[in-house]
Amino acid sequence: MSLLKTLLRETIGLFVDDGMLALAILAIVGLAAWSFNDARFDEAGAAAILVGGCLVVLVWSVLRAAYSLRTSRE
Amino acid sequence: MESLSWHVILPAVGAAFLASLVEVVEAFTIVLAVGTTRGWRPALQGSLAGLAVLALLVATLGPVLDRVPLNWLQLAIGILLLLFGMRWLRKAILRAAGVIALHDETAAFAAERAELGRAAPRRRGRMDWLAATAAFKAVVLEGLEVVFIVIAVGAGRGPLLPASLGAIAACALVLAIGIAVHRPLARVPENSLKFAVGVLLSAFGMFWTGEGLGIDWPGGDLVIVAFVAIFLVVGLLSVVAARMISSEERHEPA
Repeated sequence: MSLLKTLLRETIGLFVDDGMLALAILAIVGLAAWSFNDARFDEAGAAAILVGGCLVVLVWSVLRAAYSLRTSRE
Repeated sequence: MESLSWHVILPAVGAAFLASLVEVVEAFTIVLAVGTTRGWRPALQGSLAGLAVLALLVATLGPVLDRVPLNWLQLAIGILLLLFGMRWLRKAILRAAGVIALHDETAAFAAERAELGRAAPRRRGRMDWLAATAAFKAVVLEGLEVVFIVIAVGAGRGPLLPASLGAIAACALVLAIGIAVHRPLARVPENSLKFAVGVLLSAFGMFWTGEGLGIDWPGGDLVIVAFVAIFLVVGLLSVVAARMISSEERHEPA
C-alpha cells in the first residue's frame, strides 16, 4: 500500500512541484482557450496569451523562489 | 501518417535521449547501490520487475491513446508537457543560479547504500524483498518519466518510433558506461541536460497545447524551433536574474 502511495505521489510530482506554477500554467491555458473559443480574441491574440503567459509565469516562479530564499536567509 | 520533418524529429529524439540519460543515470545509481550493498540477485529481480511494469504500462496506454480524438490528445499531452517541461526548466534554472543545490549522484549513491546498510540483514536462501523493492521503485519511478516523455513527444504527430529509439540509445549508453566503470555516473552534467530537456519539452508543450486549442501556428511545425529558442533565451536570462537576486543578499550588511 505504501508502495502504491509512493507511486501515486511520484506520478503527481512529475507534473507538480511548485503548486502555484502548475496552477498559473493551467490558468493561462484556460484563459487562452476561453478567449479563443468565445471569439474575444483572434487566433494571434490567443497564441500571444498562451506564449506570453507561460513565459511570464515561468520567470515569476523563478524570481519568487529566489526572493523567497533570500527572505528566509534574512 | 503524415511525413515527419527534421524540425519535429530532432527535438523529439533529442528530448527523449537527454531525458532518458538523466533518468537512467539516477535509476542506475540506486540499482548499483542495491547491488553492491545487498547483492546483485535482488537488484536484477527488482529491476526486471520494474521494466515489466513499464512495458505493461506502455502496452496498455498505446491502444487507449489511439482511441482519443487527435485534438483532445494534443491538448491533454500539451498541457502535461507544459507542466512537466516548465517544472524541469524552473528547477534547472534555480540550480544553475545557485538558489537550490545541484543533484549529486555520488551523495545519492552513498545515502542509498547507508540506508540499505542500516536495514535488517538479508537471510541466506530467502528473497531479499527490501533490496528488490528499492531497485523496483527506482526503475519504475525514473522509468515513468521516460515513458511519459517518449509517449508525449511521440504522440499526436507521429515521431513515436524515433523518440523510442532515442530513449533506448540513452539506456544502452548509460548501461554500457555504468557496467564498464562500475560506479555512479557522477560526471554527467545532469543540470545542463535537465535545462535542455526542460526547454525542449516546454516548446513541444506550447506547440501541442496551441494545436489542441485550434491555433494554426505560423510556419506550422517549424514554430517548435522558435519556441525552443524563446524558452532557451528566457531560461538563460532567468538564471542571471535569479543569481543576481540571491547574490544581492550576500553583499548586504549583517
